[in-house]
Amino acid sequence: MEEKKQPLLEIEDLSVTFKMYDGGALEQKQLQVISSLSVTVYPGEILAIAGSSGSGKSLLASAILGILPGNAEVEGRMIYEGKPMTPDMQKKLRGSEIALVPQSIAYLDPLMKIGKQVDGHKKPYPTQKRKGLFKRFGLPEKTPELYPFQLSGGMARRVLVSTALVEDARLLIADEPTPGMSLDQAKEALSMFRQMADEGKSVILITHDIDLAFDVADRVAVFYAGTTVECAPANDFKTGPEALRHPYSKALWRALPQNDFEPIEGFQPYAGNLPKGCLFGPRCSCKTAECENSVPPMREIRGGEVRCIHAT
Amino acid sequence: MRTSSRIARLFIENILKMVLLLFAVSIIAFVLVNYSPVDPVQQYVIGVGGVSPEQRLQLEEYWGVNDPPVERYMNWLSALMHGDFGTSLLYRRPVIDIIGERFVNSFALMLCAWLFSGIIGFILGCVMGMKKDGIVDRMVKKICYILSSVPTFWLGLIFLLVFAVELKWFPLGFSTPIGMLDEDVTIWQRLHHLFLPALTLSLMSFANIALHTRQKLIDVLESEYVLFARARGESEFSILRRHGLRNIILPAITLQFASFAELFGGSVIAENVFSYPGLGSAVAAAGLNSDVPLLLGITLFSTLFVAVGNMIANTLYGVIDPQIREAED
Repeated sequence: MEEKKQPLLEIEDLSVTFKMYDGGALEQKQLQVISSLSVTVYPGEILAIAGSSGSGKSLLASAILGILPGNAEVEGRMIYEGKPMTPDMQKKLRGSEIALVPQSIAYLDPLMKIGKQVDGHKKPYPTQKRKGLFKRFGLPEKTPELYPFQLSGGMARRVLVSTALVEDARLLIADEPTPGMSLDQAKEALSMFRQMADEGKSVILITHDIDLAFDVADRVAVFYAGTTVECAPANDFKTGPEALRHPYSKALWRALPQNDFEPIEGFQPYAGNLPKGCLFGPRCSCKTAECENSVPPMREIRGGEVRCIHAT
Repeated sequence: MRTSSRIARLFIENILKMVLLLFAVSIIAFVLVNYSPVDPVQQYVIGVGGVSPEQRLQLEEYWGVNDPPVERYMNWLSALMHGDFGTSLLYRRPVIDIIGERFVNSFALMLCAWLFSGIIGFILGCVMGMKKDGIVDRMVKKICYILSSVPTFWLGLIFLLVFAVELKWFPLGFSTPIGMLDEDVTIWQRLHHLFLPALTLSLMSFANIALHTRQKLIDVLESEYVLFARARGESEFSILRRHGLRNIILPAITLQFASFAELFGGSVIAENVFSYPGLGSAVAAAGLNSDVPLLLGITLFSTLFVAVGNMIANTLYGVIDPQIREAED
């Protein structure tokens, strides 16, 4: 990947805050679920966003598409092809240039047949393309006539991936696309993502399957408690902790079964109950007093970015 | 096809349930009338006039008023089986004829009210759901709350006062102009007489369907599949057309068919307020005048009517909802 390319999508200091009513009292509470998140996607690459559940991965997808619920407030900059994203622009990009692969079968209309559903609302319907995709994914011939509840888990995944692939999107956001697929099917789906990236499109792969992220992605962004702690080439994650920058990424690597299989102490903090300063501070072995001063900024180290003042 | 055989089975099951229900209702209604102070002989005697005590005893003997209740019930039931509902004491005509004649009037009234409340209620529900918490939503919601708390008869009286007495737009009552032969009455005159009672009756159930549709649409719009539709660039109108209607029409239709009981109950009141000659006013007259055969006949008939409504609602679910229709495939 050439470093000097213009990014397709740049996200800088993105914060998403929910206004909520706490308990029975009419007291409004601000709940920050994503804070000062920065991430950049270039054309022709697969960016994996890895993190445990509750780290704000799926909300990022909604924020990019501009489909967050009404009580959400977005701050920060999102720049698409050098232009700041406005709600109007997001509206035009949705379903044309940016496509989403949703997380589960619940994202399909329970009363609409699969064929019609995958074709979408835009005329002319991409029926031929859809048929080709279904064939490639090995979906049974009767699939278009079925309703979502009649699909098996693996079939559902392939259908969900197809909904995004029938659209000629330049940016594909895949939210946990592979669970439930067999290894072959997962590989097929991922190879299609790879092919899209090689054609110059961009793919954001949201996943908690870290192995998978390392394998197919070009770069990996590690999420923790609603922000990015490290963004690095996927190769660094294959190499091991010595190539990584952030203590959390290193700990994640060590927690994998094929490595040390060593869990990290403690829990990811819940939004609304974040620690002072560095969000990983309370669980970090290299924590010092300075870590509590402020949230560390992203800085470049060895061809990657990291949010840690001690990283070298 | 398997689907059709499933529907046939559902249908037969429902018919059996309905027969059992009618049987149970006939027993309960019979027992209730048996214990009530209603005396059909007295009523008959008043109607005929000039009956001596001996004749009255003979009459009691002939009617079997003093036979054991079970025997009388069996007699009534076997007559029913042969299609004989008895003779109305009030109208001196076969009960079945009266029900048939009155039902045509009531049916027109209930059908208009049912369609009107269903269609308007559904459309308003959709508008409210789409513009949740907007000015239209808040206003229509308040109107719905008011309409469902106001008694039907009161609403009917207000309509009479305003539209019939003051404005003179509509007649005061009955189903045809007074002093006209039945065959001379035009369809427009009938509709003219039907309008106010139908409006009153429909306003009774319209709030129900509107509020239900509103809530259901809000649920759908908050669902994940609508979020995904938004992510694919569907406009709000397209979402309503492609996903909203599809997912709310079935519960709305079911609710509408299941409301036959309220509809019938409401028609009793509306018909009395507007002196409209339907089943509702007949059942009130039968009750007030101790017309036992007519009362029991209408009770059974209204049970049948409500049960058919529920059966249609039940069967429709199996036919329309693919999750039930194709669940066994």
